[in-house]
Amino acid sequence: MTTLQPPAAAQARPAPPPAKRDRRSWTGWGFIGPFVAVFALVFLAPIVYSIYLSLYRNQLIGGNTFVGLDNYTQALQDDQFWASLGRVSLFLCIQVPIMLGIALLVALALDSGRLYGKSFFRISIFLPYAVPAVVATLMWGFMYGTKYGLVGDINEAFGVTLPDPLSPDLVLASIGNIVTWEFVGYNMLIFYSALRVIPQSLYEAAEIDGAGQIRVITAIKLPAIRGALVIATIFSIIGSFQLFNEPNILRPLARNALTTDYTPNFYTYSLSFNGQQHNYSATVAIIMGLITMVIAYVVQLRGMRKGA
Amino acid sequence: MSTPVTTDSPSVPARPAGPVRSTPRLRGPRRPHSAGRPKRSVLLTVLTSLVVLYTVVPLIWLVINATKTQAGLADSSGLWFSDDFALWSNIRDTFTYDDGVFTRWLLNTLLYVVLGAGGATFLAVLGGYALAKFDFPGKRGIFAVVIGAVAVPGTALAVPTFLMFSKMGLTDTPWAVIIPSLVSPFGLYLMWVFATEAIPTELLEAARIDGAGEARTFFTVALPLLSPGIVTVLLFTTVATWNNYFLPLIMLKDSDWYPLTLGLSVWNSQAETIGGDVIFNLVITGSLLTIVPLIAAFLLLQKYWQSGLAAGSVKE
Repeated sequence: MTTLQPPAAAQARPAPPPAKRDRRSWTGWGFIGPFVAVFALVFLAPIVYSIYLSLYRNQLIGGNTFVGLDNYTQALQDDQFWASLGRVSLFLCIQVPIMLGIALLVALALDSGRLYGKSFFRISIFLPYAVPAVVATLMWGFMYGTKYGLVGDINEAFGVTLPDPLSPDLVLASIGNIVTWEFVGYNMLIFYSALRVIPQSLYEAAEIDGAGQIRVITAIKLPAIRGALVIATIFSIIGSFQLFNEPNILRPLARNALTTDYTPNFYTYSLSFNGQQHNYSATVAIIMGLITMVIAYVVQLRGMRKGA
Repeated sequence: MSTPVTTDSPSVPARPAGPVRSTPRLRGPRRPHSAGRPKRSVLLTVLTSLVVLYTVVPLIWLVINATKTQAGLADSSGLWFSDDFALWSNIRDTFTYDDGVFTRWLLNTLLYVVLGAGGATFLAVLGGYALAKFDFPGKRGIFAVVIGAVAVPGTALAVPTFLMFSKMGLTDTPWAVIIPSLVSPFGLYLMWVFATEAIPTELLEAARIDGAGEARTFFTVALPLLSPGIVTVLLFTTVATWNNYFLPLIMLKDSDWYPLTLGLSVWNSQAETIGGDVIFNLVITGSLLTIVPLIAAFLLLQKYWQSGLAAGSVKE
């Protein structure tokens, strides 16, 4: 990859300084400065500001007062918060393995070279990624409907009564299906790209040892793409904990099932924009952020250690 | 992006000899699997087709149902056409309904994409280049903070960002949507990895020796080599901005500044307000019109973004 040596330059100057720049200089800041400035404004400042908010409480009498960690103790005893956290955790434990499992199987199938029409498969499975969550949810929402939707069609065609996907019992699974549909191709592509760069020599070695396809997958391919697997898992965990768009857009169709505290994010949103409880909302957001980071960190540690 | 490499100095070739490594990895020499070509498998193809069916059927549903009138939607089966083919009138109605508000939303979305995604890509390219090719004080710190920030749930920041912007008088203006879109940690990471691989440090050294300033070196030497990475980052930031829903939802009250996503969800929920106009046919047609440009972009630019992504996603 670094064979693009400028031949003319080398000839013209027999002894150019070696490629390394030993002295540290501030030149790099000229390039990264703009990014850092905007980053500080939209990432760091809000974090600091929400920590500040979480330590205060706006009361009818006395106005804005410092309350220390009171908001945190309140949140930790808040049943609505725990219920919403439980819901996204259940979602996470079921939806993420299914989605990543399908993505991995497809990526392995593509990489095996045994498919007819490989590039067609690759792009058609990836396409939903280009569809906004809003459109994906509207679309599936219509299809779930017993009136216009596919569920209604199936009921009519086969004379059955399928359970309503938007009923309180099933709506979480229905949301899981939408999220799986949206991101299965994206994850497949991450795995596939990682599989593509496994050195050929490993396969040759495996062949000499007489390893079969399954053995090649478990002994070479999976270990080689462990980094990609860990990253995809972490992004999926973060995504699950942030669940908001799909339940919010489905809400008009399933108002009883999808309460305004359905997910932690939904809860902080409602607290802030319907309840004007900005301080408490910031507290819940911080706790969710901490939980997410801890879990992402643990997954990363475990994922990287396994067999390394 | 496609600025040709030109330099006055004779000692730096306009382009490195040999084909420029414009599309690394995926387009490299195909690695043959095991001995020769592996046997194609019908079974595996059929099984994978099931996944394609899953991903594509909803899109087909969308296309079919965009051809129906409101009445046709209710009467006909979801997976086949109704008797009335109303695609063209639906498209016309989508654009003219409510004084053409859909056109306004489309233009807003374009504005957010051009400034937000374009700006995000530019900042990511500059930053990634800096991380890949310079050593400067605070470099490790930036790396740690940016990678750490990726783990912070973006939406957890939304409420404090809203309050901050509200104090600064930015809410309910396009800036409230554009400014947060300007930062793409993923884009920065991707450009960093890409720049490390795609730009030989020797080439930069040569340009500097010939007296090119840092800016000139960047624009004439580095930038052309980065094009596949730039296309990739641009495409992914475009998707993120085009599809953004949560940020505009909290930042914008005035529907004149809505992007398409927010507008469509408003049209959809209009059905349940008392006396509200039920326009599911326009919701469906509008949805189709919203996804067509992005799908087209992905299909047309396949070669570029797939190779760019390949370079980024494999580094551990």
